[in-house]
Amino acid sequence: MRAVFQRALGLAWVIPALALVGVFVYLPLVQNFGFSALEWDIYSGEQEFVGLKNYTKLLDDPIFWTSFGNNLLYAVISIVFQVFGALLLAALIESISSDRWRRNLRAIYFLPSAISLTVAGLLFYFIYEPNLGPLNHALKAVGLGEFTQAWLGQESTAMSAIIAMSQWQGFGYSTLLFAVAIQRIPSEIYGAAALDGTGPIRRFFHVTLPLVREMTGLMMMVTISGAFQVFNEVMVMTSGGPNNSTQVLGTWLYRSGFVRNNFGYAAAIATVLFVITLGIALAQMWVTRRRRVEW
Amino acid sequence: MVKRLNFMGVIARVFMWSFLLGLAVIVLYPLLWMALNGFKTNAELFGNPFALPVDWSFENYQKAWNRGVSDYLTTSVLVTVTSTIATVFISAWAAYGLTRVEIPFGKTVTALILGGLMLTPTVALVPLVKMFQAMGLYNTFWALLILYTAFRVPFTTFLIRAYMVDLPHEVDEAAKMDGASRWTTFWRIILPMCKPIITSTVMLQILFAWNEYLFAMVFTSGSGVQTLPVGLTSLMSKHGTDYPVVFAGMVIAAIPVVLLFIFGQRYIVKGLADGVGK
Repeated sequence: MRAVFQRALGLAWVIPALALVGVFVYLPLVQNFGFSALEWDIYSGEQEFVGLKNYTKLLDDPIFWTSFGNNLLYAVISIVFQVFGALLLAALIESISSDRWRRNLRAIYFLPSAISLTVAGLLFYFIYEPNLGPLNHALKAVGLGEFTQAWLGQESTAMSAIIAMSQWQGFGYSTLLFAVAIQRIPSEIYGAAALDGTGPIRRFFHVTLPLVREMTGLMMMVTISGAFQVFNEVMVMTSGGPNNSTQVLGTWLYRSGFVRNNFGYAAAIATVLFVITLGIALAQMWVTRRRRVEW
Repeated sequence: MVKRLNFMGVIARVFMWSFLLGLAVIVLYPLLWMALNGFKTNAELFGNPFALPVDWSFENYQKAWNRGVSDYLTTSVLVTVTSTIATVFISAWAAYGLTRVEIPFGKTVTALILGGLMLTPTVALVPLVKMFQAMGLYNTFWALLILYTAFRVPFTTFLIRAYMVDLPHEVDEAAKMDGASRWTTFWRIILPMCKPIITSTVMLQILFAWNEYLFAMVFTSGSGVQTLPVGLTSLMSKHGTDYPVVFAGMVIAAIPVVLLFIFGQRYIVKGLADGVGK
């Protein structure tokens, strides 16, 4: 009896964490499913059970599909720059013999990731600004004046402009992580490759790439998951405009619920986001577990 | 043959360094431009964006400070400090329980706490707003403190737990022999041994809380409880014609985290690497 009591007392260590996560993370998640089956006017307080109507509405909503497409585009471009670009860049940096330069370059590239996406977003809002922005001024200065435009003000360029800013902000973060992964490779392996007369390009493909494969897999998951959670940069730079062309699932959820006062619909979008991110998280766990077995 | 190889080697090195340094310029120039614009006048800003400020006065900083930045800064500091203490303490507490105390349903409890890692804030947004309205915490400092803690406890526990698992269990037994209570063992022995990972998690939580935008935007509206990221966007909409003041505000928001990164780089990297790589 005393032993049981002693064991139960152990729960005191985990109760604060469990309670916080349970009440503020899991409970709202469960509630969200219920909310997504309601038509709900927040001001009048009227609620009506509509079953799956919000979900069928979602399928017919062109802006939902635009948002989904934008998230996908975000994911693809981020994988190119923040996974494969960053991996190449990290390998390049780690091949530098000067310790100090390696450290400085890693730190410089990371710097934009330390500042908030709000500051970065505002900064690029000004950089893209048609009149005072340095981007248009620079284009004029090098004789490409015909390419100057309101980068965030037109549907054809706004999304690309936001994604470009996001790459600027985020590539240093993944470069840093890949650099750490490369540093963990035992130096004897590189020594052996050097003795065999392997050139830098073969060394990258035959030594570095296979040995950071797990890190690459994880970074891909983290990047895709991040691409579906994009919110700040879009909100700060365009709020989803012009004409909803830069809407992503996160901002469309926000707009549906908090601006257009349709909480049920917002909850349905949230469910879609949940299914996508959970799927990616499970895939990530699978990748990690496979690695554990290998070692 | 040897000579040609050398020549190619030199070309490759020149190319590599131009690329690396070119990239460094692309990264640094926007930041430098931002910092310089805080010293310009509106006319200068619209004249030539590449020019240096004519006279370096702190007037814009003063204006930004008086137009609300001092309030936003206070709130940001308060939320960051309290949520960091709460998150790291609750997480270390849980990590100790999960690794060194026999608790009922240990595996399930671990999975439940760490499982929170997979869930994204956006998904819980709508119910959370309702919940905080019902609790009367909507648009208060408490909303941000609770959310910043609850959503970061899984990640922070994950990092600290991974570190604690590797600490030898003999330490606990020796402490027990000496008659130390669980609490004393945790506070006096295990926690000090975890100093490196605690430092990492503190830095990561500061970066997170200082920069967070979604919760801060949705859960606060009055200027008394707004943090810097949200405050900057309202500074922009309220004083949108006085751009240099907005730039000054941006610089004020960026400087603390940039300094934190420069001085705490080692720990931030360690925390990030453990979080993704473990």
